Amino acid sequence: MNVLNFVNAFFSDASHWQGYDGIPQRFWEHVQYSVLALALATAIGLPVGLLTGHTGRGGNALAFIANAARALPSFGLLVLAVLLIGFGLLPVMIPLVVLAIPPILVTTYEAVRSVDPAPVDAARGMGMHESRILFQVEVPVALPLILSGLRSAAIQIVSTATIAAYVSLGGLGRYIIDGLYQRDYEKVVGGATLVAVLALATLALFWAAGRLAVSPGVRRR
Amino acid sequence: MSGFFDIPSDLQHSWTGLIGLHMREALLPVAAGLLLALPLAQLCGRFRWLYPPVLGVTTVLYAIPSLAFFVVLIDYTGQTELTVMIPLALYSLVVLVPAIVDGVRSVPDETLAAATAMGFGPVRRYLQVQLPIAAPAIIAGLRVATASSISLVSVGALIGNQGALGNLLAAAQKYDRPELAVNAVVTMAVLAILCDALLVLLRILVTPWMPRGTRPRPAARREEISPEGAVR
Amino acid sequence: MTSSAKSSRPRTRHTGAAAVALTAAAALLAGCSSDDTSDNPLAGEKAETGTVVVGSNNFAESTLLADIYGEALRAKGLKVSYKHNIGSRETTYGLMKNGSITVLPEYNGSLLAYLDPEAGQESAQAVNEAVKAKLDKKLTLLESSPAEDKDSVSVNAATAKKYGLTAESTLADLKDIAPDLVIGGSPEFQTRQQGLKGLESVYGLKFKSFKALDAGGPLTQAALAENEVQAADVFTTDPTIVKEKFVVLKDPENLFGFANVTPLVHKEGLPQEGVDALNAVSAKLDTETLLDLDAQIQLEKKDPLDVAKAWLKSAGLD
Repeated sequence: MNVLNFVNAFFSDASHWQGYDGIPQRFWEHVQYSVLALALATAIGLPVGLLTGHTGRGGNALAFIANAARALPSFGLLVLAVLLIGFGLLPVMIPLVVLAIPPILVTTYEAVRSVDPAPVDAARGMGMHESRILFQVEVPVALPLILSGLRSAAIQIVSTATIAAYVSLGGLGRYIIDGLYQRDYEKVVGGATLVAVLALATLALFWAAGRLAVSPGVRRR
Repeated sequence: MSGFFDIPSDLQHSWTGLIGLHMREALLPVAAGLLLALPLAQLCGRFRWLYPPVLGVTTVLYAIPSLAFFVVLIDYTGQTELTVMIPLALYSLVVLVPAIVDGVRSVPDETLAAATAMGFGPVRRYLQVQLPIAAPAIIAGLRVATASSISLVSVGALIGNQGALGNLLAAAQKYDRPELAVNAVVTMAVLAILCDALLVLLRILVTPWMPRGTRPRPAARREEISPEGAVR
Repeated sequence: MTSSAKSSRPRTRHTGAAAVALTAAAALLAGCSSDDTSDNPLAGEKAETGTVVVGSNNFAESTLLADIYGEALRAKGLKVSYKHNIGSRETTYGLMKNGSITVLPEYNGSLLAYLDPEAGQESAQAVNEAVKAKLDKKLTLLESSPAEDKDSVSVNAATAKKYGLTAESTLADLKDIAPDLVIGGSPEFQTRQQGLKGLESVYGLKFKSFKALDAGGPLTQAALAENEVQAADVFTTDPTIVKEKFVVLKDPENLFGFANVTPLVHKEGLPQEGVDALNAVSAKLDTETLLDLDAQIQLEKKDPLDVAKAWLKSAGLD
């Protein structure tokens, strides 16, 4: 079995490029699930991580929550959510958000905590407001680490979103699940390649975001 | 016949049997991953140019969803536990290599120089100085790999009852019995937490010089930088 | 991006014991994972000689039928092991060929459509002959039972009402409606002749889209009941057809053909007394019985093995 042949056959089949089961549609669905899940997880994890990191309180509770969330199996949560809630996007978002919160939360907390206290104290001495200290001193310095947490969460979401196909949703997992039941390796390998490409594109995106957003002074540490 | 612990007969295991199976399918790959990661990390530490390409390859491997791995491996290893365990070992390797490399690299040069001055050879220095100091980082990696592995085994249910406790999820779906899915999720979570606690305990035991408490200071940050456990 | 935390680490002089402990950690991991004493993973595929391996596909009725076959064989003193929930026919047929499975409950016409999508299906007997001609030489079909469980295209009550479809309506009546409907079925339904392919080539049906669900299981039943899909591949022995008032569309062109429950067997693996035992099961199993047994599993949530054993006992086959 030659994996590259399968990849080639999958991508050169014109029928794989159109319609509701075409690559553009499935790719777009996958991106949508991933972006939505990352946005939800960031909306929860980032503020809590910044706040606890800034105040330095609640670190143990946070570690406990993150460890507990990490212990929850995504595939299990998915099946359970579908059995209890039914069809739709919500049951898929639950496992993806639970998966993504720990890296965002813990990394953000650690990132803010590990900022050199000297400039923070200096800012405070200059009479800066706490919120300005957080956003103008701590966040810029902590940004590379915060981004690495988001990146780690995003990669996990992209590859985990494939299981949405098990409960009849779309996305690139469709090719993998369908290929399994249709015994069509072309689809499985093609789908896996697309997921890997999307994951690597995500990496590249975060690398570019880091170049753009992180101040040069912080970058070359 | 629809209680929390009434496991459908087609799974051919009791609840405790499934737990045993699950632990084997989840932990053997982590152990295998560790055994492979130690020499690989050592090589990456010795030849620095090797580290970026190794990191690149492992990142790509990590981006491939587990289910795709399982399906492609069926042709070689059949619908067996081994088919589930090989990808899990690879994922463990991916988490552990950077953890070990960073851990070993973080050993201060003065410490190494002191060891050399005491007449330690490279092997002895590695085993008795570098590894122990890197232990917190390695165990942090093991914690991530273990949690991920325990969760990922369940996806094996999709290739024909090879997912241990995950088979309960497929059964819950097939027989429309949500209580089986609750059982599976709770049991897997408890197993993951217990294994995590054991690893924390192990870290406290092997690093008596470190302050107690659940999180080692310098190592904790490393843990979050390396890729984390995911379920694909 | 971040430099290593070089100076913050406490110094140590002598830590030989820790290295030993770390090795012990690996040993502990390996140790606590080998508590299960059952088979070696490498040996999983090939069955022990003399053991009949009964397989099943990934839906409840297949599990039930496999249990019935397996327990009937056990009653004749044969050694039996099970390989349940393997997947779709696309997978199980390969495992039958290579001998990983000895016995599998099959549906004669569905199997024929898999082996030869073009084949016509005039009578159950002709179907069995055609299957045997197409089967791998190592495999054969035993006697078919009168019990039949076909694939069907069924619509939910709301769709039937909206388009005026009744129990007398046929698949041909869907021709103009199909482009408005989402159809659901197992992922393999999408590429099978007895699926989207045949629906298009035989009846000219082109649906709006296809939603991959499960093989006639709860996901399909729920999706159809909740109008996630308007039409779906529902098995004709499914008790939810009555419960949810699904309308099964007639199939005048016989696309879904015959689907009599029939044991598919790897010749070498099953001795004559096993063949006799399975033929005795087929003789007693009719559609009414199968409906009743399916309802016990799906509606009363009984365990398939218990249902199988109880039926074998009542049929005098235990």
